[in-house]
Amino acid sequence: MKSNIKLPIYMDYQATTPMDPRVLEAMLPYFIEKFGNPHSRSHSYGWEAEAAVEKARKQVADLIGASEKEIVFTSGATESNNMAIKGIGHFYKDKKNHIVTVVTEHKCVLDAARHLEQEGFSVTYLPVQKNGLIDLEELKKAITDKTALVSIMAVNNEIGVIQPLKEIGKITRERGVFFHTDAAQAFGKIPLNVEEMNIDLMSISGHKIYGPKGIGALYVRRRPRVRLEPLINGGGQERGMRSGTLPTPLIVGLGEAAAIAQKEMPLEYARVKKLSDKFYNAVAREIPDVFLNGDEKNRYPGNLNLSFAYIEGESMIMAIKDLAVSSGSACTSASLEPSYVLRSLGVEEEMAHTSIRFGIGRFTTESEIDYAIEVIRSNIEKLRQMSPLWEMVQEGVDLKKIEWAAH
Amino acid sequence: MIYLDHNATTPVKSEVILAMTEAMKAGALNSSSVHSVGRMAKKIVEQARARIAEAFDAEDANVIFTSGGTEANNLAISASEGYDPMVSAIEHHSVLKSAKQAKIIPVSINGMVDLRELEMMLKRAGGKCFVSVMFANNETGVIQPIREIARLTHDFGGIVHSDAVQAAGKISVSLKDFGVDMITVSAHKFGGPQGIAALLTKKEIALSPMINGGGQEFGLRAGTENIPGIAGFSAAVELLPENLRQMEEVKALRTYMEKGIKSFAEDVKIFGEDAERLGNTTCISMSNVKAELQLIEFDLAGICISSGAACSSGKVAASHVLQAMGVAKEEAETAIRISLGVDNTKAEIDEFIAVWKNLYTRVNGQRLAA
Repeated sequence: MKSNIKLPIYMDYQATTPMDPRVLEAMLPYFIEKFGNPHSRSHSYGWEAEAAVEKARKQVADLIGASEKEIVFTSGATESNNMAIKGIGHFYKDKKNHIVTVVTEHKCVLDAARHLEQEGFSVTYLPVQKNGLIDLEELKKAITDKTALVSIMAVNNEIGVIQPLKEIGKITRERGVFFHTDAAQAFGKIPLNVEEMNIDLMSISGHKIYGPKGIGALYVRRRPRVRLEPLINGGGQERGMRSGTLPTPLIVGLGEAAAIAQKEMPLEYARVKKLSDKFYNAVAREIPDVFLNGDEKNRYPGNLNLSFAYIEGESMIMAIKDLAVSSGSACTSASLEPSYVLRSLGVEEEMAHTSIRFGIGRFTTESEIDYAIEVIRSNIEKLRQMSPLWEMVQEGVDLKKIEWAAH
Repeated sequence: MIYLDHNATTPVKSEVILAMTEAMKAGALNSSSVHSVGRMAKKIVEQARARIAEAFDAEDANVIFTSGGTEANNLAISASEGYDPMVSAIEHHSVLKSAKQAKIIPVSINGMVDLRELEMMLKRAGGKCFVSVMFANNETGVIQPIREIARLTHDFGGIVHSDAVQAAGKISVSLKDFGVDMITVSAHKFGGPQGIAALLTKKEIALSPMINGGGQEFGLRAGTENIPGIAGFSAAVELLPENLRQMEEVKALRTYMEKGIKSFAEDVKIFGEDAERLGNTTCISMSNVKAELQLIEFDLAGICISSGAACSSGKVAASHVLQAMGVAKEEAETAIRISLGVDNTKAEIDEFIAVWKNLYTRVNGQRLAA
């Protein structure tokens, strides 16, 4: 095989992304000569840092059709999600005590919701259909006059499906309920517009779009005004919503990453789609019994979650260790439990165990995709030849009809 | 430009930048991923954690990475649940504003926590107490009697947190030696990057996470770790011994500066002068000249200083720290903070003194002559 490929091939773009060198270049001066504290109002080091922060705020806002005054910087999307859900819950708790979210949300959204449950809130966890998308009728039914917030993610981190944001926003706006979306996997990758989609709060991550780690943002709508109780108290930075010294270099990095994404999104999307189609056609269409998890159309092409029937997931990951992939969310990947996202799609446990998420991103090359296809093709065959299940299926045994002995 | 505002933030050291750029160029690092790239990320994080624990004598404690000192202080305050919380009057806002129900421990005129008052408060308290007192104050540099505070509080069965954000890098900070249960340290105050800090906490302290999610950081702080930041934090910690040695020179420079000003301005007041102070910090008044005016004058002369904490330096209110020390509002409004760093030179201090003197004599000259 081609020797100019650096191994392992990185295909875990949903966990995190390598930093774009242009982002790093934009950040470096703010580590070195422009090191000021943006809250220092009494000298030019401070003003210089503040100006850089405000430029980045506009770059982030521009990418989602917001005003820069609506962007609050945080340490990352996990904090943003916690801030949105708990912040809304706590602020409006005297009048409302119910929130709606979805079973396939990122763990931090579910944990923040659970945290509110412990405080006496009631939470509706909407199910998803087999394709991973919510049923809008279910959403309509779930909203009551006690509902403070609907929190539904834009692009799912494990299976890449895109929820119908515009339709959800229409419903929440009509019913007078705030709409929060965790856009960690969507921001900078697909077009998002807070006005067209009636989004009231949006969580944004830096390191998922070739920007730095340790920085994110929360979009908080000003008209009609969304208010929230801060998660972190102190010096009153970010208009009192989020205290703490703003890390200027990281913010500059997030702004630059957003600006690059805005400029290059159509081209990048097309490139990722082309590589994704090639990979999908070669792996899922040509190899028997490989299934795509999640809706085929409403998805971000840079995320392909595939189930390989009659193969054990862990041995699969071992066999294809030339590919840095994951079997699902990074946060839960150390546990061997099958993914709760796949289970809520109705994927059988055996199949969920053999599921692998292939991420394709800005730095994936065509030769890497060719190499990856070859690695998978050759290993699947090998692994299946070792699998007794595969043998039985080849002999025409219906596995579902077998009664396994308990042990 | 002469930068004399190191308590707000410090320039990032070149070794730190190197460690960070290496981590940023190393690819896509998420320490929760199980593949080889993820394992490399985990190694960076765990090595840094061990190094930081060692540097602050906290080998038996948990090092919880946070996005900054403010978040770490907020997290520390979460341990006050079920306790009677008490914080000193001169704490940073990240402690004062997150411990909303706390009783306020007063300070003496020299800026030090009043130990007798603390003891009375501990006696009067209904149950066990949670006490948070910073190790060194950000505005005056006054060092608190943290060992005594810890001993007293523990005698009454309580727990103690110390915000050591301003102290770390300037004097030795030790969880073990202080005898406290938790300390906060922040990288950007000693040549590390902004956006990363840690709460060092004894394992038996019960914290409630503010940020729930993927279960990172012992389940106490969710979110993908800021790995380049952590690598930079670690590199800065490695340079701490050298930094502390250089602080001796900084202290000599500070003494030179204070003596220089006193040589011609007899009515000058240095706040907390009678107490033990950080070697780099001076909080000083200039008779009849409001701080804002001084800041403008120094800025025009290319000198960066501040009138107090950076986070509140945009506000006009007089410092809560000086007010807690019993300084009259009018006098507090004439105070500026000068905080030196390891790169400052004698020539820069001479320049500062010259500008200070010029303004001082312009305003007070006639009075002095009369």
